[in-house]
Amino acid sequence: MKIIAIAFNTFKEAIRDRILYLLFFFAAISIIFSRVLALLTVGDRIKIIRDVGLASLSFFGVLMAILIGTGLVYKEIDKKTIYSLLSKPINRYQFLLGKFFGLIFTLFIMLLLMSFIYLVLVFFHTFEIEWETFPTIFFIFLELCLITAVAIFFSCFSTPILSSVFSLAFYIIGHFSWGLETLINKIKPGVGKTLVQILYIFIPDLENFNFKTEIVHNLPIPSHVYLFSISYGIFYTLFILLLAMLVFRRRDFI
Amino acid sequence: MESVLTIKDLHKSFKIGFIPRKKKILNGITLSVNKGEIFGYLGPNGAGKTTTIKCILGLIFPEKGEITILGQHYLSLRAKENIGFLPENPYFYDYLTASEFLSFYARLFRIDKRKKEEKIKKLLYQLRLEQSVNLQLRKFSRGMLQRLGLAQALLNDPSLIFLDEPLGGLDPIGRKEIRDIIVEFKEEGKTVFLSSHILQDIELICNRVAIIVNGEIVNQGNIQDLISEKIYFTEITLSGVDRKILEALGESVSIHGERILLKVFDQDKVESVLKLIRSNNGKVYSLMPRTQTLEDYFVGVVKQK
Repeated sequence: MKIIAIAFNTFKEAIRDRILYLLFFFAAISIIFSRVLALLTVGDRIKIIRDVGLASLSFFGVLMAILIGTGLVYKEIDKKTIYSLLSKPINRYQFLLGKFFGLIFTLFIMLLLMSFIYLVLVFFHTFEIEWETFPTIFFIFLELCLITAVAIFFSCFSTPILSSVFSLAFYIIGHFSWGLETLINKIKPGVGKTLVQILYIFIPDLENFNFKTEIVHNLPIPSHVYLFSISYGIFYTLFILLLAMLVFRRRDFI
Repeated sequence: MESVLTIKDLHKSFKIGFIPRKKKILNGITLSVNKGEIFGYLGPNGAGKTTTIKCILGLIFPEKGEITILGQHYLSLRAKENIGFLPENPYFYDYLTASEFLSFYARLFRIDKRKKEEKIKKLLYQLRLEQSVNLQLRKFSRGMLQRLGLAQALLNDPSLIFLDEPLGGLDPIGRKEIRDIIVEFKEEGKTVFLSSHILQDIELICNRVAIIVNGEIVNQGNIQDLISEKIYFTEITLSGVDRKILEALGESVSIHGERILLKVFDQDKVESVLKLIRSNNGKVYSLMPRTQTLEDYFVGVVKQK
């Protein structure tokens, strides 16, 4: 109940923030722009619409998660609204979870709206609803949940600018960490290989949530891959939230 | 007397500077607040008043010491359910309207919907904010924010209310309004812990005070017991007597037209001044014996430290 109250207030805060609408506007432009790009393409035009459209959904979703998420906790501390809030009968973890779920709900609504624009665009091109896109959008949402948790984690102890840089770095590293897997297979067993293997465990692999290529090219996705990605997303998000709670639990609000 | 807040040997320091250095803020604070009183917590800026309140509310964690609120551990949710808090320079969610804000906080106390609406309406009326129900908080004046801060502190009908500098930055009318509201709390049987350095107001409304200087309580007790009733001097405003004659009896501090303000330090000379005025067919406009005020006492204590 208390978490829901804080989440609802966070949702109100996010939807009254102009930056959300600015990002949504650019996301919509970018999705619609995929149609223009398709016109310039030789070959299967729908692939370009799918490719650019889904990439826009993911990219602008991540920007929303980072730019709003990194300010959520920091603003409460900076503007001292947290003083009166934490003097009420709530636990600190409830405050963090409320913030997390509030932003997740906002991102869900935004993703829904962006997806609608994308699906309408695809529908006008193919004259059918592409149901197979929904799992891809679901995994984009799962990735947004993880990025939100990361943004909130950094927001617990650092300024919005630094937190944004850290979260963006997490996102970029996460999408290139698959390179380490290739490296593990290439180097000979020894200390070096063990170190890279340890590093690979801790560094996020956000490619687990990327099914855009499979969707664009109509490739089959085995169900165990889906299951692994869902578990990966849930556990990694929980792990980051747990870290955030640990940092926040004993923090002094001077 | 039943104690609603007990603090024993509270210590807190902060690390400051690029190369962290420990700075002691609270150094063994011990105090107790009795049920139904308005307790004044006085100290100069940086003495540790707000730090003490933040420790009590669990916003910062003391290194050492015990705090009990209404018989409960200070961090327990049960203790927090029965307290209210108005922070210094209150700043609330400026994107919310007054009713949205109070409704949000009411949900944290799990007040049911019907009661919540009644309570919010009553509080907004009590604090004269009923005209601003649907106004976003970013459009609120300083005084309105202070009154809304009091409204949020009263949502749960608390037995103990913490007010951190509630009178700071307000105009005289705003100060009087808040002072009257605090006195009303006491009449309703609530206990008020009031931190301030506006001593005239504290003297008017508080029963007991504690003075904190450099993180230590230097004195605490009833105001009447702390300040002496000895008359320092008597101020007489008069006219019709030559100023030069009066100077032998006291110090004339100001003259407005014919009126002279005379400070008589020797009490035995007050009667002589009055006789002199009568014999000269002069006029007395006012006569005011000046005893020690809380401010005099406070300044003395702080200077000693």
